[in-house]
Amino acid sequence: MFTISEKTKKFITKEVSRYETKRSAIIPCLFELQKDNQGWISNDCIESLSQFMDIPSKDINEVFHFYTMFNKKSVGDFHIQVCCNISCHMNGGLDLFKVLSDEFKIEKNGVSKDSLAISKVECLGSCGTAPMMQVNEKYYENLTKDKAIQVIKDLIASKKTN
Amino acid sequence: MEVKILTQHYDKPEYKSLDGYKKYDGYNQLKKALTLKPDEITEMVKQAGLRGRGGAGFPAGVKWSFLPKNNKTRYLICNADEGEPGTFKDREMMDKAPHQLIEGMIISAFAIGSPKSYIYIRGEYFESKKIVEQAIKEAYENNLLGDNILKSGFSHHMDIYSGAGAYICGEETGLISSLEGKKGQPKLKPPFPAVEGYLANPTIVNNVETLASVTVIIRDGVDGYRKHGTEKSPGTKLFSVSGNVVKPGNYEVPLGYPLKDIIFNLCGGLKEGRKLKAVIPGGSSAPVLNAEEAMSVNMDYEDLASKGSMLGSGAIIVIDDSNSMVELLKVLMNFYHHESCGQCTPCREGTGWLLKLSNSILSGSANLNDVALLEKVASHMKGKTICALSDAAAFPVLSFVSKFKEEFTSYATSNVALKFQATNVQSYKRG
Ligand SMILES: Cc1cc2nc3c(=O)[nH]c(=O)nc-3n(C[C@H](O)[C@H](O)[C@H](O)COP(=O)(O)O)c2cc1C
Ligand code: SF4
Ligand code: FES
Repeated sequence: MFTISEKTKKFITKEVSRYETKRSAIIPCLFELQKDNQGWISNDCIESLSQFMDIPSKDINEVFHFYTMFNKKSVGDFHIQVCCNISCHMNGGLDLFKVLSDEFKIEKNGVSKDSLAISKVECLGSCGTAPMMQVNEKYYENLTKDKAIQVIKDLIASKKTN
Repeated sequence: MEVKILTQHYDKPEYKSLDGYKKYDGYNQLKKALTLKPDEITEMVKQAGLRGRGGAGFPAGVKWSFLPKNNKTRYLICNADEGEPGTFKDREMMDKAPHQLIEGMIISAFAIGSPKSYIYIRGEYFESKKIVEQAIKEAYENNLLGDNILKSGFSHHMDIYSGAGAYICGEETGLISSLEGKKGQPKLKPPFPAVEGYLANPTIVNNVETLASVTVIIRDGVDGYRKHGTEKSPGTKLFSVSGNVVKPGNYEVPLGYPLKDIIFNLCGGLKEGRKLKAVIPGGSSAPVLNAEEAMSVNMDYEDLASKGSMLGSGAIIVIDDSNSMVELLKVLMNFYHHESCGQCTPCREGTGWLLKLSNSILSGSANLNDVALLEKVASHMKGKTICALSDAAAFPVLSFVSKFKEEFTSYATSNVALKFQATNVQSYKRG
């Protein structure tokens, strides 16, 4: 069984009374839980949340599976999401995705040795600054291949010094 | 020339904060609005002719007047889900002028008699969410939100709710399902949200830009607001320009502004040596225009409709002659297939077929029958489903294929020599 941290329990308790119905708290609580569990959500997490919120796990699963921002498996420390929708595509988004995938070798489990995962994603609302990528919560815009590689290398380095 | 009304103070970093916003007339329109009768404001919004800026272009004041006269709690929801490919105007407003949105929302809430509102913001906008949260906090601390706002007797509470990655939650009934803590599947209309929305209560859903424009109507009055734009499409509009232009970005111009001038003056035109091939004028769901149409169209609801397209969310995607239309169509079909919520068979199955067919045409493994089938599948997807996503997937297909037919047939005939020629602007005409 997954143990929900005290901090997250406090968060959940607050969210549950924040909206008109308890159900609305599912999305915010899943986000918080995901942070607690190194960036992804396991079945165990759902069971624990279901018990703590006193909401049937089928209701939580319905939400969990519908939304793409809830990760179904580990995405490492850095989830690199490259937009490959139309405006980014016209400005080299797909190339960027390929270059990054080559540069940072992803292993069979979907994560690289440096703990990166790389995904293609749909439009992130940053089309005027294409190509772009999102790493965890942050946008990096007006990228070139070199710039993107440097950003990621710096992130990896910053983790090592921490 | 841009006409900066909504974007006038975007360049001032202090505008983000309440103090900075107040320096430039901030919250004075709320004070003024609170002295008016709610119905007067709705009437002003109607008379000003403000149309929804989120995609469908429905007149805002008319929508508000659909609220039933019962004593159920009314909700106001700001649609800040901004997922239509090519669109990035709401994000910039929230980042640079969050109080503009909040002031517009409080005025709108007062007009419709709503004690509670939500800003439904797309999940990936973590930065914008923080900025808007901070602005809401400041507004509460200064009695601009909460009980008895500025001693007017009007009380209003506002909260922010984050989506979690689903384009379909931009559709207003999908959004409401999501806010209720369910999967974001749209619901059949009627009943419209104005009658039965969030938790079955009367609910008004409006886009970020629409709500911010309400403040401008209070400030400038109906005639002042109508000074810009055309008789049928009044006011200014934010256009997000992306793709192959030298200076992409958000531009505010009066409705009715020539598309040609947006591309070639404001955005600095195309890259050296490139020719205009096509423009998608209203976000990825809007039918594409060929170069000739793009050079002659004015950016208002009517002129775009007369050219068979639509203003949509105001996202202008400029395509030069280095692109393959077949390839771009495939990119879009990938998107719609991924985002279909799967409730309606024509949409769920149809988007799959569209992706498969456009993919096989692109890879050269299709024949002419497949091009015809692509069009046929798309034409069966229009007007048959719970929400407009199915239509939104069909529009690009039908317009891409009809306007760039030679390109599609050249991919589908194994004649390699005929295959896409980057330097040729297609001159195929509709009709
Ligand atoms: C598939 C789909 C996606 C949509 N996405 C958005 C969106 O991201 N933002 C938005 O404001 N409206 C979006 N809309 C339109 C909304 O359903 C609704 O019309 C709009 O929020 C109403 O506000 P407005 O009248 O101020 O434009 C979408 C519609 C559809 C069918
Ligand atoms: S049209 Fe598509 S996206 Fe809309 S409700 Fe039906 S299946 Fe879902
Ligand atoms: S197309 Fe890439 S951010 Fe919009």
